[in-house]
Formats: sequence, structure tokens, C-alpha cells
Amino acid sequence: MSSTSMPRPITALMKPRRHISLGWIMLDLNVVLTFLFLYAPIIVLIVFSFNDSRQQQVWVGFTLDWYRQMLQDDRILEAAKNSIVIATISTIVSTIIGTMTALALDRYRFRLKTTVEGALYLPIIVPEIVMAISLLVFFNQVFRWLDDRVGLTLKFGLGTITIAHIAFSFPFVAVVVRARLADFDRTLEQAAQDLGANEWQVLRHITLPLLMPGIIAGALLAFTLSIDDFVITFFNAGIGATTLPLEIYGRIRRTITPEVNAISAVLLLASITLVLGSLLLQRRR
Amino acid sequence: MALAEEARQKAVQAKPRLTEAIGEVLRRRPLLQLSVILSPGILWLTLFFLFPLCIVLAYSFATRGTYGQIVWHFTLENYRRFFDWLYIRTFLLSIWLSVLATVICLMIGYPFAFVMARAPRRWRNALMLLVMIPFWTNFLVRTYAIMFLLRNEGLINTALQWLGVINRPIPMLFTPFAVVLGLVYGYLPFMILPIYASIEKFDFTLAEAAQDLGANAWRVFREILWPLTLPGTIAGSILVFIPSVGTFVTSDLLGGGKVVMIGNLIQQQFLTVRHWPFGSAISLILMAIVLIATLIYFRSGEERPI
Repeated sequence: MSSTSMPRPITALMKPRRHISLGWIMLDLNVVLTFLFLYAPIIVLIVFSFNDSRQQQVWVGFTLDWYRQMLQDDRILEAAKNSIVIATISTIVSTIIGTMTALALDRYRFRLKTTVEGALYLPIIVPEIVMAISLLVFFNQVFRWLDDRVGLTLKFGLGTITIAHIAFSFPFVAVVVRARLADFDRTLEQAAQDLGANEWQVLRHITLPLLMPGIIAGALLAFTLSIDDFVITFFNAGIGATTLPLEIYGRIRRTITPEVNAISAVLLLASITLVLGSLLLQRRR
Repeated sequence: MALAEEARQKAVQAKPRLTEAIGEVLRRRPLLQLSVILSPGILWLTLFFLFPLCIVLAYSFATRGTYGQIVWHFTLENYRRFFDWLYIRTFLLSIWLSVLATVICLMIGYPFAFVMARAPRRWRNALMLLVMIPFWTNFLVRTYAIMFLLRNEGLINTALQWLGVINRPIPMLFTPFAVVLGLVYGYLPFMILPIYASIEKFDFTLAEAAQDLGANAWRVFREILWPLTLPGTIAGSILVFIPSVGTFVTSDLLGGGKVVMIGNLIQQQFLTVRHWPFGSAISLILMAIVLIATLIYFRSGEERPI
């Protein structure tokens, strides 16, 4: 852990490139082309969301029509509302559970600790589609059992989506918070305890405030994961419930319409703002 | 007067005393404390992740009824069936396309990471951010961006036709090429970041020493830099391979039903064909591949963010 936080001697690394050579030109060209590859598709997508043509083959003229249509489309608005509600609940719950799990794993020694850690990593490693079908099978089985034995009828919908989102988000929060705990200065807690603070006061006034950048980073990650998730939502939404990714998927599978470009542009802007915001926040602290 | 003061103080202290009392109980019993903190996570993980996986495991040994329902009749048929040519072909195609995507990512990502690690310190964070921004944007949107470019009516075909290079649009969408392109586009940052981390730690005085002793740049790369940064390369390759081999969205949208990978096969079995036991068996085989790859990743013995 210390090697990541300690600055390394940077004598030879910092030597400027002495002369222009073919090798460096090729290397720089690779960087430029890679950035072109990464950004061109996104930029084209955004540019064409302002194109005044349904066909979208060539640039015709500037318009905001597709954005207007997007804002008048009830299904899109409904999907956006669902996405935000699900992401908010999932973020709150997974941040709480994730932080608690991280604290438990950092502060205590117990038998089966490695087993718990391994199990916690599993949802991060397992392919999304496997997690998706296992939850589908699980809810299906449980709902059938409840219907048969208890007479309680439950259905797939926003509830199952939210539960699934928490299940794949909170391990990420735990990992992020735990990374923060790893270089946590425990002497501050001990000082507070020496001054007469009880466990709760130490947690409330020392540990949590110091841990806050990690917790916020974890929460933002959870929010992004939830808003973006398609595969697990797709398998656990049932009939009727929709989220933004489901709505986009449904539309691009049929025909390509410029409204999708508009939704995409808005989503891109939202996630870039979110990421830059979190980076600024972390830098300020 | 003094009595009243004492009573008031007691009243004020009553509340902190309660939390103190709880704190005291918890302090005395660390095991209780631990279980209070750990149980929500364990509970959620067990109920909504491990238990569902166990059901999938059970299903994979069950039989499909006439109407797609589960019949609890033990069989190994679902696993045997996977080795039919029809399915093993899908499996091999998934591995092949994922390996291809991984190799392409490595060929772009290694030199990229090298330049990043050798850039002046103040540039590095900016470059890192530029790599991460597309990665943080919605995966579906990024896949759509690729679809948008590759279509017959897309920008690439339109431009080529306008330039007179081709008369008819080249079909690029719904081909294995599109799928590999989508995978590279989606997972390139996974390759760049671990390699960057290991090149950044590399002590370039070693390279200078070798050069002073007469080795050329290629030899320095092959005999010093490459072996010493191999853990980062392995980590990056596995981080690209794992999501690629389990992909569903990329092959579904960019392959358009023509390029069927394991993820699509699983989806078919669950949502179209409704052969859940067979779908479960394929899912577990996919999970086994991914877990083996993960073990290699952890064996590569690198310090890494996750």
C-alpha cells in the first residue's frame, strides 16, 4: 500500500525526449489515433442529434426538434423517472451496506474472513449475464413458492430491479471504501478515544467524516452502475417496467431514430458531469 | 436549589448515557459488534447472489418439461449437450473473438500506456482522464455510437461513397468485425490502465544502463521492459478478456443475431427457447471460464486498484 502513496524518485523518468525519432512519431501517432477512435463515434452521435433530417445520412441543418420530441415523449420521461428513482434507492442502500461491510472487513479479524472477502468479489467478477439469469431464476422460484404456499402474489418490476441493482452495486462500494480505509490514520481515532469519546462518537465525528471522500466516490460509482445497467435490468424487469437503457435498447433494435441520439447526448453529458464533479470534489478535499 | 441543578444535569446526561450504554455493550462484545456491522452485507450477498447461483446450479442438473417448466429429474444431459457441434462452435467463436479483441487492445494499449507513462507528470492525469471519460459513459450509448457509424447509411459508408472509393455500401454492421470493434471500443481502458501502472513503476535507469552497454531500443524493450511489465500486461489482458467472453449487448446489437456468442446463447435459452436447465448449464460453464481467468489474474502478482 505504501508504494502507491509514496512518490517515487523520478530522475530518469522525467528526462525529456532528446530528439525527434521515427519511433516517437509512431508512438504519438498511436495516441492521437486512439483518442480519435475513442471520441469520434461519440462526437458524431452528438452532432447528429442536432441534424434536421430523419434519415440522418448527411448533415442537413441545425435543429433542436429531437430534443423537443424527447421531452414530449411519455415513455422516455417515464423511463427516465424510473431510472432515477431506482438509482437513488439503490445508491442509498448500497452505500450504507457497502460502507458497513468495508468497516467490518477492515476493523475486525474473524474466521472465514477470506471467504467473506472472496464472496464479496464474486459479483464484481461474475459475468453480468450469469448474475442476470440467476436473479431471474431466483425471483421466479421465490414468487412461485410464495404464490403456492402463502398465497402472496408478487411480480417482476421496479422492486426486483432495485434489489438486483443493490446486489451488484454494494460490493463495489465496499471495495472503494475499503481502499480508503487502508490508508486511514488510526491515531486520530485513538486520540479522540483518549479524550473520552465513546465508540459511537468516534465513528460519527472522526471516522465517517474522514472517510467521506471514499464514501462519496463509492456512492457515485453505485449511482453510475445503476443508471447504466442494461443486462441485469433487462432480465429482471418483467413486463411493463422500463428504464432508460431498456428504452434505448428497444428503440435501437427496431429502427434508428434521431431521438435516441438526443437521449444519448443527454446521458453522456450527465455522466461526464458526474465524473468530473466527483473528481473535483475529491481534489478539493 | 442544588438538588434541582443535579436533577437537570441528570436529565441532560440521560441521553448520552443511553448511547454510551449501547456503546459499552458493543465494546464488551466485539463479536456482537461485528455481526451487527457485517450482517446486512452478508445477508444481501447470500440471499440475492449466492442463493440464486445455487438455484442455477440445481437447475443445470434438472430436466425441461414439455412447457418449459423445471422437472426435478437428475441428468447430466445439459452439460453433455453443450459439446454438440452447434454449441461448441458458439463457444469457440466467443473465445476467438474475445482473444482477438484482447490482442488488438494490447497492440494499441501497450504503446499508448508507454507514451502516457513517459509523458511529463502534469500531462499524465489529463491523459488518464481522457481515457476514462468514454469509459464512464453508458455502455449502450457507446455501442449505439458504433452502430451509428457502421450502418450501410452510416457516416463511414456515406463518406466512402461520396469519395468514390466504393459504389455500394460495404456491409460492416452485423458482422464479427463489428463485434470485435465494439469489444475493443468498450474495454480498451481496461488494458491501458494496468499496463500504465506497471510501466510507470518501471525504473528507466535500467533501460539507460542497458543502452549505455550497447543494447538497441528493441532489445531493451524485449529483454527488460516487456518482462518487467508483464504482470500489468497479463492483468490488462484478462480484464479485457473476461467481459468480452461474457458479453451480451455488444454481440446482440453489433452482431444483430448473426454473430452468436455464449451470452446470446444463454439469453436465447432463458427468454426464447425457455430451456432453463440448459441455459443454467451454459451459464455455469461461462462462469468457470471467467473464474479460471480471474485466478490467473490474481496469480499475475501485481498491485492493482481493485
